Amino acid sequence: MHPILGHFRRLVLYLAAWGPISAILVYLFASLGGLSWGRAVAMALPLCALYAFVCLSAWYTCRGIPLENSASWLAHLVAAGVASLLWIAIARALTFVLSSFQTFAGLDQQTARAYPILFGSGVLLYLLAVALYYVLLSNQAATEAEKREVEARVLARESELKALKTQVNPHFIFNCLNSISALTSSDPAKAREMCVLLGEFLRRTLGLGDKALIPLRDELALLHAYLSVEQIRFSSRLKVEENTASGALDSLLPPLLLQPLVENAVRHGVAQLTEGGWIRIEIRQPEPENLAIAIENNFDPEAPRRKGAGIGLRNVRQRLDASYGNRAKLDVRANHDRFIVSLNLPAEKEP
Amino acid sequence: MTSASGKKIRALIVDDEDLARQIVREMVAPHPEMEVVAECANGFEAVRMATELKPDLMFLDIQMPKLDGFEVLELVGTDIAVVFVTAFDEHALRAFEVHAVDYLMKPFRAERFEAALHRAKQRIGGTVPFRPEELTASTRTAGTYAERVVVKDGTRVQIIPVSKLDYAEAQDDYVALASQGKKHLKQQTISSLEAALDPKTFVRIHRSYLVNLERVTRLEPYGKDTHVVILNDGARLPVSRSGYSRLKAFLDQQG
Repeated sequence: MHPILGHFRRLVLYLAAWGPISAILVYLFASLGGLSWGRAVAMALPLCALYAFVCLSAWYTCRGIPLENSASWLAHLVAAGVASLLWIAIARALTFVLSSFQTFAGLDQQTARAYPILFGSGVLLYLLAVALYYVLLSNQAATEAEKREVEARVLARESELKALKTQVNPHFIFNCLNSISALTSSDPAKAREMCVLLGEFLRRTLGLGDKALIPLRDELALLHAYLSVEQIRFSSRLKVEENTASGALDSLLPPLLLQPLVENAVRHGVAQLTEGGWIRIEIRQPEPENLAIAIENNFDPEAPRRKGAGIGLRNVRQRLDASYGNRAKLDVRANHDRFIVSLNLPAEKEP
Repeated sequence: MTSASGKKIRALIVDDEDLARQIVREMVAPHPEMEVVAECANGFEAVRMATELKPDLMFLDIQMPKLDGFEVLELVGTDIAVVFVTAFDEHALRAFEVHAVDYLMKPFRAERFEAALHRAKQRIGGTVPFRPEELTASTRTAGTYAERVVVKDGTRVQIIPVSKLDYAEAQDDYVALASQGKKHLKQQTISSLEAALDPKTFVRIHRSYLVNLERVTRLEPYGKDTHVVILNDGARLPVSRSGYSRLKAFLDQQG
């Protein structure tokens, strides 16, 4: 779209800018061309009004020929010359029309002297318009680049968050299905219960992933479904203890933030321990605006580091960064055979 | 059907999950020619039971506490047919490189289990020997090295983190692994051990010696062409001529 014709306010401003130009032209006609003031005004005003629109066409050549093109100046000079000749032609036509009136008798001889002035200022004005358009073009390009960059950043952040969120561990599913397969003959009621729990876990995981923030109670329900399934798998080997301040249940937090931490506690804890393991989840609200979450588990200090260790924690850290910046803190400690992940984040509530 | 000799096929079930063991037990049950001699819930137990009971067949999980399935196999594996039973598909390639009979993916159908059992019986009937000591080296992905070495001492399993391994000495079919003043014998060639360890830390200084560079304190001439390294616990190891150039290259690099 034309940057001036397309915008009414800009068009008004642009035409207003031609006011001083026509005043100069009146002066030039009067002083150099020897026209009387009245005749100079009668010539200059319609000529400027028309030339203002001729110059608008420079936009199209500017858009077509980028400034980097070495031949651009030559092209614009030729265009300026053509525009100025056109302007002189208009001036001649105007003179011809005006001469037919009694008051403007003899105008044609007078204006013939003003044509060089007209040509010179025509070229100059056209080139001025060209310069203006190039400034507008580069401005437009800069805004667009900035817009694209912002869009790219938003997209990258969104896809990053998405990638970090959807992380149902396939091995967990396969092992669950294997447990269900075993239970179908030995304990069909328990097999059914496990199907229901697994279904609940999957539904919540898939459903919560799309939301930006969820109440803590929803995240806890997901953890309960997950841990109930794992307790069937590991039977008496897995002990779970949970302690949540009831006031914290409505606090909002990013979905599936705690699940990977609890899954880590299972994978690096009980799954590596022959004698069984425990997980303790403690959620407190030390101050009304603060949420303190601790997930603790025992582990085998001699177990080799499993492949992929640390990815879950890194993801949680990145997500906290993305959501809260420096208002959230993640602290990881290993103490003999205990592993403790502490989270501190603002306790935000639904308005 | 019974095996050729008329004896029952003795099987060991190894999985840390009770329910996972149960399903294998259940599927073995209809076969009168099969006998489950023991069930183990972790790698240590598996090594102990396999050594004591000498089963013909082992159903083996991979991710387990203490020792993983491959480590168990490395310690006991010479003539036990192995069927891996796991939820992880990424170990399949490695499983066949260690000559596993089959690789069952949890959960599996009864028919699939029967097929695995059939293959196991064929393996037990024939004789397809394999050398388990080569497996750690051959199946390791490029650029990753062992973080620990497992050794069987009778029925006990010793885990030596590589940071605590001072040096290794070849002794016929065995290597003696020196760690914290003790020596542990393992049935393995020194070359396959060398291949499993990070070459930036462990250098072959002699046909029979592999040394942990972090233990080396001095390098002294010894005789005409040879040298000797002195470790920080005072141990002296011979250095051959080619071993000397290898060692020197490393020591020069470290400045």
